[in-house]
Amino acid sequence: MEPTETDGGIMEQPKNLEGYVGFANLPNQIYRKSVKRGFEFTLMVVGESGLGKSTLINSLFLTDLYSPEYPGPSHRVEKTVTVEQSKVLVKEGGVQLLLTIVDTPGFGDTIDNSNCWQPIIDYIDNKFEGYLNAESRVNRRLMPDSRVQCCLYFITPSGHGLKPLDVEFMKRLHEKVNIIPLIAKADTMTPEECQLFKKQIMRGIQEHKIRIYQFPETDDEEEMKMVKRIKDRLPLAVIGSNTIIEVNGKRVRGRQYPWGVADVENGEHCDFTILRNMLIRTHMQDLKDVTNNVHYENYRSRKLAAVTYNGVDNNKSKGQLTKSPLAQMEEERRDHVSKMKKMEQEMEQVFEMKVKEKLQKLRDSEAELQRRQEQMKKNLEAQHRELEDRRRQHEEEKERWEAQQRILDQQKLDNSRTLEKNKKKKIF
Amino acid sequence: TATVGGPYGEKASGPGVDFSYVGIDAILEQMRRKAMKQGFELNIMVVGQSGLGKSTLMNTLFKSKVSRKSVQATAQEKIPKTIEIKSISHDIEEKGVRMKLTVIDTPGFGDQINNENCWRPIMKFINDQYEAYLQEEININRKKRIPDSRVHCCIYFIPPTGHCLRPLDVEFMRRLSKVVNIVPVIAKADTLTLEERDFFKKKIREELRANGIDVYPQKEFDEDAEDRMINEKIREMIPFAVVGSDQEYQVNGRRLLGRKTKWGTIEVENIAHCEFAYLRDLLIRTHMQNIKDITSSIHYEMYRVRRLNENNTVVAHANGMPEHHLAAHEM
Repeated sequence: MEPTETDGGIMEQPKNLEGYVGFANLPNQIYRKSVKRGFEFTLMVVGESGLGKSTLINSLFLTDLYSPEYPGPSHRVEKTVTVEQSKVLVKEGGVQLLLTIVDTPGFGDTIDNSNCWQPIIDYIDNKFEGYLNAESRVNRRLMPDSRVQCCLYFITPSGHGLKPLDVEFMKRLHEKVNIIPLIAKADTMTPEECQLFKKQIMRGIQEHKIRIYQFPETDDEEEMKMVKRIKDRLPLAVIGSNTIIEVNGKRVRGRQYPWGVADVENGEHCDFTILRNMLIRTHMQDLKDVTNNVHYENYRSRKLAAVTYNGVDNNKSKGQLTKSPLAQMEEERRDHVSKMKKMEQEMEQVFEMKVKEKLQKLRDSEAELQRRQEQMKKNLEAQHRELEDRRRQHEEEKERWEAQQRILDQQKLDNSRTLEKNKKKKIF
Repeated sequence: TATVGGPYGEKASGPGVDFSYVGIDAILEQMRRKAMKQGFELNIMVVGQSGLGKSTLMNTLFKSKVSRKSVQATAQEKIPKTIEIKSISHDIEEKGVRMKLTVIDTPGFGDQINNENCWRPIMKFINDQYEAYLQEEININRKKRIPDSRVHCCIYFIPPTGHCLRPLDVEFMRRLSKVVNIVPVIAKADTLTLEERDFFKKKIREELRANGIDVYPQKEFDEDAEDRMINEKIREMIPFAVVGSDQEYQVNGRRLLGRKTKWGTIEVENIAHCEFAYLRDLLIRTHMQNIKDITSSIHYEMYRVRRLNENNTVVAHANGMPEHHLAAHEM
């Protein structure tokens, strides 16, 4: 076997080892470290009101991110698209996931929906820029990743293919984020209608050259089979529900109709389990990788190219990239110093507060002790007095008793004298 | 027993001759005959976004393929770039009663990204029909029977979001309830569970009230207490949650119209499943004549008054002939 040489001159022939070295343990180390660090994932949901987005998110992650008190579309007053994010920390089997859900209420809801995608594009670009800046800093220890890693786009189940709004949105966002189109409220359609609708949508997507998220090719046979199964059912038709219903003694999550129960987790009823498995169990890491390697890199190269092309930063952002590293260091130092000052001030405040508290406490305890002393003194005096009383009583009793004794003695004497007298009398 | 002969044969009366019977009630029979000979006309407009089941519902209502899609040869799937108004007429017959049914479809409504003023073409169409009728009416030589192309009823399809009306829905219904009878329905109601459906209906009724939208049956046109009672019951149920289907399935040994899913079969005419039967009864079996009456005696009259007032104020224009007509006619 001849060793093959690549451009870098490194030999690429896999060597056979003669013993157990141990680097097979690397995946475990990575695993342990990742578990300790925890995972992050940012998911965006886009679609018109009333397509069941909130219910689906609740069903996917089995949390109440959108609790019943969350003001639903019927209570919303604003007429423009807003982008809101909510964070939730989910834990399962020792693994932590910091999940950020980005919601877009108001999308497609008004009469004139032109440019309703603009706030969303701005948001995504904003997050990319934040990451870019954090990456370019001198001090990069903390780099929170809040880039949008996946966008679930909800299609109305009209049965008639893509709407102009769907096409426009996806065309503008397919190069910025991983788009996964979903057919919402899939229990509207019979299986035949669903098949037809899916075909229409895929045809529309190909016609308009929209690049939705592609599943990665692998060499593994099993995985390829699974991926193919998913690909055949794109776009996924989902139903969401968090209510549990009894069906023939079994408890299922589903929707109760007078003619039957639509089971969310039944593969024949809808594609919810496929979505969940794909999104969470198998492809979450790949979504993050594609976001990082493809979408983010696209953004970065476009942004930097725009800067270097003109020499002047023609983007409206702060243009931190045009500063030299020294200036950047200076700025960072200043930031750091001001931060330290603030922290110092805060600590002093805290310290003062604590001192005051302690003093107060000491004074309180002093007062307490004083009080107790008074109390005890009073008790003592009371006891003293009581004792005096008793002693007096005792004295009085003693006197009385002595007086009684004297009387008795006197009586005895008298009696003995009379007895003597009588005796004497008798003798005579 | 002696019989008193009515216009249509014998009328057996009691043991004696009933001299107090004049025969006025026989007019009903005369009218019925005339109506059967003449036939009826009904023009229904369906409005709503694509994919809400409008065509299917029309087919289900009249138990035959009356929708535009069934008639058009090409399978037109593309959403049109502007709103088009397409009318298809059919002659249908049942038990000797003939009806000319015209279904007016509005493909493209609410499907664009920018739907500003998408109600304008529809308003224009409705007013054009009133105008055509008006022109026929003010002719010197009038036709014996003026063809009635006025829109008697507009069925508005509300998407089953389950939350509330969309701004587009409110705008459309607000403007059009003033010129035509609007019957709002919740489309594809098999998406909603019963609780969701009740909540949605309540929200819709609240919003209609809050926006001052008067849908059919309008409160102000109730004629008497009996009408009011019947109509109140209907008003408590609108909008009707409907499901349409033109396919039959075998359910419990009977062939019924329905939709078959993996978790059950939805029976369209079963009132425990959806309210299609109520809509059909309202539109066809009980209130059809009332709908036509309100259209001709109220909506059309309002249009006519407005138009004639407009013309009278336009004195400067040498619109000679028509004005004289109008003046003469009013006298």
